[in-house]
Amino acid sequence: MSFLARTVTPLLIALAAATPLKAESLDVRIGYLQWVPDQGPVLSNVIPEPEDAGLRGAELAINDNSTTGKFLGQTYSLQSDVADSEEAAIAAFDAMRENGLDLFVVNAPASTLKALTEKAGDTTLIFNAGAEDDALRTGQCHVNLLHTIPSYSMLTDALGQWLNQRRWDEVFLITGPTEADRNWANAFRRSARRFGLEIVEDKPWTFDADLRRTASKELPLFTQARDYDAVVVADVRGDFGEYVPFNTWLPRPVVGTQGMSPVTWHRVVESWGAAQLQNRFRELANRDMNSEDYAAWAAIRAIGTAVSDLNSANATEIRNFLFSDKFQLAAFKGRKVTFRDWNGQMRQPIPMVHPRGLVATAPFEGFLHPNTELDTLGFDRPESECRNNG
Amino acid sequence: MKTLLKRTALAAMIGLSTPALASVAYVSNEKDNTLSVIDTETREVIETIDVGQRPRGILLSKDYTKLYICASDDDTVQVLDLATRKIVDTLPSGEDPEQFALHPNNRHLYIANEDDAIVTVVDVDTKDVLAQIDVGIEPEGMAVSPDGKWAVNTSETTSMLHWINTETFEIEKNIVVGQRPRHVEFSKDSKIAWASAEIGGTVHIIDVDNLEQIHEMSFKVPGVNQDRVQPVGIELTSDGKYAFVALGPSNHVAVVDAQTYEVLDYLLVGARVWQLDLDKDEKHLYTTNGVSGDVSVIDVQDLKVIKSIKVGRYPWGVVIDPTS
Repeated sequence: MSFLARTVTPLLIALAAATPLKAESLDVRIGYLQWVPDQGPVLSNVIPEPEDAGLRGAELAINDNSTTGKFLGQTYSLQSDVADSEEAAIAAFDAMRENGLDLFVVNAPASTLKALTEKAGDTTLIFNAGAEDDALRTGQCHVNLLHTIPSYSMLTDALGQWLNQRRWDEVFLITGPTEADRNWANAFRRSARRFGLEIVEDKPWTFDADLRRTASKELPLFTQARDYDAVVVADVRGDFGEYVPFNTWLPRPVVGTQGMSPVTWHRVVESWGAAQLQNRFRELANRDMNSEDYAAWAAIRAIGTAVSDLNSANATEIRNFLFSDKFQLAAFKGRKVTFRDWNGQMRQPIPMVHPRGLVATAPFEGFLHPNTELDTLGFDRPESECRNNG
Repeated sequence: MKTLLKRTALAAMIGLSTPALASVAYVSNEKDNTLSVIDTETREVIETIDVGQRPRGILLSKDYTKLYICASDDDTVQVLDLATRKIVDTLPSGEDPEQFALHPNNRHLYIANEDDAIVTVVDVDTKDVLAQIDVGIEPEGMAVSPDGKWAVNTSETTSMLHWINTETFEIEKNIVVGQRPRHVEFSKDSKIAWASAEIGGTVHIIDVDNLEQIHEMSFKVPGVNQDRVQPVGIELTSDGKYAFVALGPSNHVAVVDAQTYEVLDYLLVGARVWQLDLDKDEKHLYTTNGVSGDVSVIDVQDLKVIKSIKVGRYPWGVVIDPTS
């Protein structure tokens, strides 16, 4: 503690000395919009999801950008709105645009995102930091829409590669009832075809067989089959999935949205300097950083990297820079991240985690690609109809 | 040699448990909270010393009597007495010290506080904090020029080299380099600084007189994806002939002609090679390989890897005591 007291004075002096040298400064204003529909009652509600997921990641990135900016005469500010309906999110978007903002990070469902991009002008740049839907990357693209959150296919391709390299190629797939569950499962079925996995059982979870039984009694019977190497669960909102591990008929690992999961980000990621990002985030938010936080953080850091280089906050110039060879972002995943020029998706490694540990990080050695191994995850150029850059 | 004799004689006289006499290398093991002591003659680990939590950067005092250790998770710098190999003191360091550099005056220690975006300057004799200087996000690499004029800090997320005047403790210049700059190494005459950018995949050559970049190097390791070629540690031979650049998860060390900046060779070492140090007569180069948990020894004359030595988990820094 005496150390702290001793450092106060030099700290103040140092702060005064570090004020920007340039007289004129560039102010970069970024809008953050969040609209996350209520998931409905779920069976597994022991550990609640943070309501400010995404927002706090955006705030951290603003801090990170500002620290860099003070050496370059650039300041960053965030205008955020956490809406309680799609209409409210669109109204907030309109108000911010009227206020002159043209850089946005959006954590909202695909339908809201589409409504926003349709309203946005040519000079408005939107980062999707919440919607994993493949359709946004395969056909429903928009030239000014970039995605920092991975698609379902990127996540399931990571899982598919992992199952393949473990030679656990016969799987039992359980799919929940929501649209997101079906989208995740469809992505996994595609991954299974790509990576030579056989889905020996493909069963929807309805939980209407016998309501007098608990999930733990129901699941062993539900997962009866001749044999399989692993059970794959598609339960995006976390309804029943947490009860699958250890309750399967055969003693087999559970992977997918629960058990061991491919994710954008998780508190167990610590390599490549990630420990420092996790520490900074925890100090800011008093909780662990999750996938939505990371996606929002990466979007605003990408903007910051472009602004540092361009010394301009012009949305069109930023967009063009992000798709150019000059853009590279150190994003704590072990290799630089860039944007796919056909659909605006941020290429990134995918960590595979269980609640208290990192299992592996995709892509795996041996899955080759002529340009970058990162493009073995998700929809590659020939598989997507999008041509955002011609 | 004189120091060694004196120290040995003294130890023998007092009858302390005498450490082995051979020349030694110290390796910090980030995930074991230990230092491995390697005998450079037999190239074997002869002792493992318990230190603070998450030891990363290590360096020797200019008189080679002490080893300073960044114990990152203990928020302190520990002082190891080399004669007894015991921790004898701690220094205030600011939060999460990762790397540091000692001024030629043997007193001013420049410490990068990774979690706080600050460089702390501590007088190692009085333990006074002389200054805390605001730098970019995640300050990491620290170097002081041999002539004592400049202290340079790299900030990883801000991607800058911050040039600190060692008389005023103020930043005089910021140079933007590739993404995630990790390490700075000065030539012996203080005229050239080499800075590595891990994610950028580049090494930036800075002319110190003008504080301008004069060259940017990149690397191509055959058969290794370009994303995995990530420069970290740099070591220069004092004759100005070679620069060795540790290329991280490409598992190679680049041998560079220090005059023409041409890459002469890539040497295969252990997994995720981080830091490097030359031994006393610069005949051997030691590298820490974080993921494989070992140290590779390179013969500088033949440019061949001759041995790997198993150490603790996630070896981070390596220094060789030239007097031992």
